[in-house]
Amino acid sequence: MSAPIDTTNNAEARRPRTPWQLFWERLRRRRFALAGAWVLVGLYAMALFASFVAPGNPERQDRERFFHPPTVPRIQGWWLVVPRYEQTKGGAFVYKARVDDVKPVRFFVRGDPHKLLWMIPTTVHLFGTGEGNHPILLFGTDQFGRDIFARILYGSQVSLSIGLVGIALSFSFGMLIGGASGYVGGKADTLVMRLCELIMSIPGLYLILSLRATFPPKLSSTHVYLLIVVILSFVGWASMARVIRGMALSLRERQFVLAARALGVPAWRIIVRHILPNTLSYVIVAATLSVPYYILGEVVLSYLSVGIQEPDASWGNMLTAAQNTEHLQSYPWLLAPGAAIFVTVLAFNFLGDGLRDAADTKSN
Amino acid sequence: MWQFVLKRLLHLIPILLGVSLLTFLLMSMTPGDYYTALENNPQITPQKLIELRAKWHLDQPWHVQYFHWLKNALQGDLGYSMAYKVAATELIGSRLWNTFLLSFVATIITWAVAVPLGIWAAVKKDSWVDRLCAGIAFLGLSIPEVLLALLALLFAYATGWFPVGGAQSPLHDTMNGWEQFRDRCHHLLLPAVVLAASSLAGIMRQMRSNLLDTLRAEYVTAARAKGLSEGWVVYKHALRNAINPLLTIFGYSLAGLLSGAFIVENIMAWPGLGRLTLEALSAKDYPLVVATVVMATGLLVAGNFVADILLAWSDPRIRLKE
Repeated sequence: MSAPIDTTNNAEARRPRTPWQLFWERLRRRRFALAGAWVLVGLYAMALFASFVAPGNPERQDRERFFHPPTVPRIQGWWLVVPRYEQTKGGAFVYKARVDDVKPVRFFVRGDPHKLLWMIPTTVHLFGTGEGNHPILLFGTDQFGRDIFARILYGSQVSLSIGLVGIALSFSFGMLIGGASGYVGGKADTLVMRLCELIMSIPGLYLILSLRATFPPKLSSTHVYLLIVVILSFVGWASMARVIRGMALSLRERQFVLAARALGVPAWRIIVRHILPNTLSYVIVAATLSVPYYILGEVVLSYLSVGIQEPDASWGNMLTAAQNTEHLQSYPWLLAPGAAIFVTVLAFNFLGDGLRDAADTKSN
Repeated sequence: MWQFVLKRLLHLIPILLGVSLLTFLLMSMTPGDYYTALENNPQITPQKLIELRAKWHLDQPWHVQYFHWLKNALQGDLGYSMAYKVAATELIGSRLWNTFLLSFVATIITWAVAVPLGIWAAVKKDSWVDRLCAGIAFLGLSIPEVLLALLALLFAYATGWFPVGGAQSPLHDTMNGWEQFRDRCHHLLLPAVVLAASSLAGIMRQMRSNLLDTLRAEYVTAARAKGLSEGWVVYKHALRNAINPLLTIFGYSLAGLLSGAFIVENIMAWPGLGRLTLEALSAKDYPLVVATVVMATGLLVAGNFVADILLAWSDPRIRLKE
């Protein structure tokens, strides 16, 4: 304690910052976490406006363009142009760019009719050439001549939302059960924890597939979507409940909980209003880091063709086309959905890691 | 110590019972059974189907079926596979071994790479080595096993250095002992590396942070103050204590490892339990499904058991507390 600290000019110092403000400040300093967050914002925006961003209908099969390679745009003069690709020999799916037959890339161009945000019917797309016979296929086409870029966009609606819905379901379930179990204790607690142990001692995918088998194999995609979320959440809530229960065990001895009890606050209100908010910083970090589990769960189920069914697009069932190694070597763009999964999971991991560091006040 | 081991062993019984009960319940809720597909077969009379169902107790409520199953299971008979027409134990034996082999080799690869890398990153904290390791760890954590396995298949196909899937070559039976061993290793390597790559990152990061935590402890400062060389301090004093928490991680990582093995087996055509489970599920061969799920769980709890024992062996506080 040497010179007294001059606080008169420092308005900041007089007003103590809330824990959340401190949290944001620490988070803002982590560039990777912010980069991850921005990538995610971009991906979710693209998923939301998938029908507008996609140049065409994801289910339309172009019989003249099976295994079409990705269109490479070039700059010619003042224009961004795309060449037309022609098959060099029939049957072999080898394409060659026609340098003499190029068209400029146009934005807000008219194309296939679609419904913006599932409501507004329109024919305007973000980009295209405006001609059906001269498509822009950013990631090429698959074995049925369908635009992979469009399918990835439509598939992202499944993959990106399944994580959020799954987290919301399993975490609220896990928090409530874990919180109640830890707070109430006794026989109920033992019973719940044994159940959690049971679920956690079956290797995840074995349980997930056994659960999937209890429902009819062919269901509409909406039903399968809901089913996948419920199944993944059923397997996922156990680990959450265990951690929250541990936290609730120590929180219930704290003075603010004792005070609430002395005031006669009912148990459910203590759990929801006093115990669970104190676990929130852990829950947010854990939630961000477990979103990939749901995305990958859908991918695996759809890849094994018990998830989202064709012709509806999902990142998992698109990867099924990459199963054929010969195709994969000749047409490597079939792996594009894999790259999309990778980018998404990486972004979530960056964000989650940054959140964890920002929430961790002990090591600083 | 023996008391601890015995306690842990007894702990396994309710888990295995519970898992078999749960799987049985799930399978009984599944629409149809193996013989549903045969109902349209004109060569099989309805009478015959009733007989077959009665033979395997399929006409009885699920809890009765479960007790029949349990009675046989306790005598070492895990049921009869209707699709393969052999006892489930016969099928599972080699599959269980394959899954175990794959997971075991993958674990060895993971630890042999992750622990030294983690130590290196911790000792050279904030250097380019540390950053590179952190970068690789992030890539490893984020690359899905499905993608990695597909890439590995592509790699094997394009270079020809590794077989594209499978556990042994078609000529396996004509080879002599040494060639058979080499053939198996050749087929095992790529799936094991794919499986190892996914769990590598987590263990490496854990090793790094454990060692960094230990290096901050006061006894390490004391050892340095005594004038011990840095190498002696790190490897003799800090490392021993930093490795301990990793044994807990080992237990936790097993569930992920077996799920990963499930994916790798199905993509890279490795004839393990996961592949068998999927085959059995699509054939509606439910006794086989129950048997494989119980076996996979057995593998997991056995692994956890080993991790617990190792932990108790290395840390007396744990075995005395119980």
